[in-house]
Amino acid sequence: MTTNDANNSTTRTVTALVNDKPGVLNRITSMLRRRGFNIQSLAVGHSEVDHLSRLTVVVEGGDDIVEKITKQLHKLIDIIKVNDISDDNIVSRELALIKVNSDTKTRSEIMQIVAIYRAKIVDVSSSSIIIEATGDDQKIQALQDLLSSFGLIEVMRTGLIAMNREKNK
Amino acid sequence: MVCESLIREGVEHIFGIPGGAILPLYQVLPEYKKLKHILVRHEQGAAHAADGYARATGKAGVAFATSGPGTTNLVTGIMTAKMDSVPIVAITGQVGRPVIGTDAFQETDITGITLPITKHNYLVMDINDLGETIKEAFHIATTGRPGPVLVDIPKDILQGNGVFNYPENVNIPGYKPNTSVNQKQIKRACELIKKSKRPVLLAGHGIKISKAYDELLELAEKCQIPVINTLLGLSSFPANHFLYCGWPGMHGMAYSNLILDQSDLIIAVGMRFDDRITGNPDKFALGSKKIHIDIDASEIGKIIHADVPIVSDAKIALSNLVKSVEEKTHVAWLNQIDRLKNNHPSLALRDTEKLLPQFIIKELHELTNGDSIIVTGVGQHQMWAAQHYTFNDKNKMITSGGAGAMGYEVPAALGAQIGRPNEMVWSIAGDGGFQMTMSELATISENNLPIKFAIINNGFLGMVRQWQELFYEKSYVSTSYKGIPDFVKLAEAFDIYALKVTDKTQVKPAILDAIKHDGPVLIDFIVESEENVYPMIPSGATVQDMMEEPSSQEIKK
Repeated sequence: MTTNDANNSTTRTVTALVNDKPGVLNRITSMLRRRGFNIQSLAVGHSEVDHLSRLTVVVEGGDDIVEKITKQLHKLIDIIKVNDISDDNIVSRELALIKVNSDTKTRSEIMQIVAIYRAKIVDVSSSSIIIEATGDDQKIQALQDLLSSFGLIEVMRTGLIAMNREKNK
Repeated sequence: MVCESLIREGVEHIFGIPGGAILPLYQVLPEYKKLKHILVRHEQGAAHAADGYARATGKAGVAFATSGPGTTNLVTGIMTAKMDSVPIVAITGQVGRPVIGTDAFQETDITGITLPITKHNYLVMDINDLGETIKEAFHIATTGRPGPVLVDIPKDILQGNGVFNYPENVNIPGYKPNTSVNQKQIKRACELIKKSKRPVLLAGHGIKISKAYDELLELAEKCQIPVINTLLGLSSFPANHFLYCGWPGMHGMAYSNLILDQSDLIIAVGMRFDDRITGNPDKFALGSKKIHIDIDASEIGKIIHADVPIVSDAKIALSNLVKSVEEKTHVAWLNQIDRLKNNHPSLALRDTEKLLPQFIIKELHELTNGDSIIVTGVGQHQMWAAQHYTFNDKNKMITSGGAGAMGYEVPAALGAQIGRPNEMVWSIAGDGGFQMTMSELATISENNLPIKFAIINNGFLGMVRQWQELFYEKSYVSTSYKGIPDFVKLAEAFDIYALKVTDKTQVKPAILDAIKHDGPVLIDFIVESEENVYPMIPSGATVQDMMEEPSSQEIKK
């Protein structure tokens, strides 16, 4: 397994509750861009509350950077709540679709790898396979690295979403 | 509906220019006698005038503009208000909803364009949201850390009828400005103040915005702490007070910079450690701990680490501090400061027959008893005005700080004079900036606003020329104005009384004449063309690199 970028540099995970209105994502990305913050991924979707979305953003940088980002995010009127959950006990997952070269010779080997990673094969053709995988970014990255020896055709990743675990189980 | 909302917000003056998309709003204006519309000559003027009005009154300034170029002309003014935390509400006409996104005539995405330079903005797409949106706009503009808010309204909504719902209160879940103060931090601040031997208060624009003048004075006196102002903080602490220690930064007083550098505690209130103050932030005031009070949490720790962060309105934080601190004195520190002031006088004038800009400002200060509202543009004249015009009274200095927007001096003076009609407004202008917005002389003449203009005319973009002299071996590229108009004739064309001054002896009579004249006056001061502003700390440098005075070579010049 090759080292992935996420292990080399520090990344932090920030979640936010935001208004589900036109242009809100633009406000967020515009602020991050203009203040020169680097983000690794950003995922948004509906929340459990009507008219509110939840967003997970993985940012590059240490504590001081993430503090600046959360303060700036908090300043946006359309953002209701911001949390830096990096140090919390969290569940984080990402979905990836990976299309990889595959013929009759390599198919069974790929299927073995897929099984080990508890991923799924969702499409097969004579020359390729599409694999669906979920997991944290390290697992996805590891799977992707393994599959790369067969020749990656296309990789699509949703970016990480994350949630706090309950404290008392 | 818009007018009704504005009246509910207590708006009296609007600065703007009509056009196609905003016409339905203009056509109903005469029905609302309480709203006085000032027809400016360029939308930049509308935004700067609303800004000057807001700074002078503490109320939100309102600007109207039509879609497309009307709105883009507002941009510099909105950005200026954002940088200096000034509450303005811009109401702009947009093309009708059915044609939004089709590149219709005079269509532009002004909410997109102003996204990074407004505190918040709105595109109203449902007429039933209009009242609530305007209510929210004023609330956001004027509370917390103030700033500009833009409301873009499509023409068909301005023409339409809907249910007018103007809520009494606003509830914006994502916007809850802090109205209290963390007592734990106040306690920690008090401990630092108690331990400190060389404390200094660094008081910024936040003092004026939250009207914390008395609290600042009380804290300074109770603990005998010297006060340094930022440029935007000028006129928040009386300059004739024995604890007043000037303002620091690139062109601030040498002693102010040295005091900050030698202090062991900086209590920064309502300011944001701008690079013009810190120079190289890694080497700024290393010997001191910092208590940083600001209503905007994102300003704390942005540039300078805060040992005690206090997210709060300046007035609330200072009144809590005053209550909690123990009285103390700092005799040795004040003696040290006196020595610094004596050894680094900074603002002494050269003895010369030439007409120096600094001399004009000093005379103006004397002849107006330091009691006028001063509005400036940006550049050398701004620095000289800030150095030599000192204020004992509250909220008298209006200048473009963070944005550094040349041309601010004409429309902002217009807004300030309308906001405070009974006070004398002097616009200290540069010849460069003045030429950018001088079309507003027409507005000033039309409304007979008794603004006095003092143009510090050196025929150069003076500050840029100074940089070229010091850092580019006197290579004066594009800074010398050859085709400068005769400002006296120009003023006369606008039916404004004007005088030209070329000699030192004419300064006093000209200023007295202007003060006596009942109406707008322009004085064109033809000054020494290559005078530099000192002291100077070059950009990104430190207090050790400060140039306090011109070199002997320069004096000969």
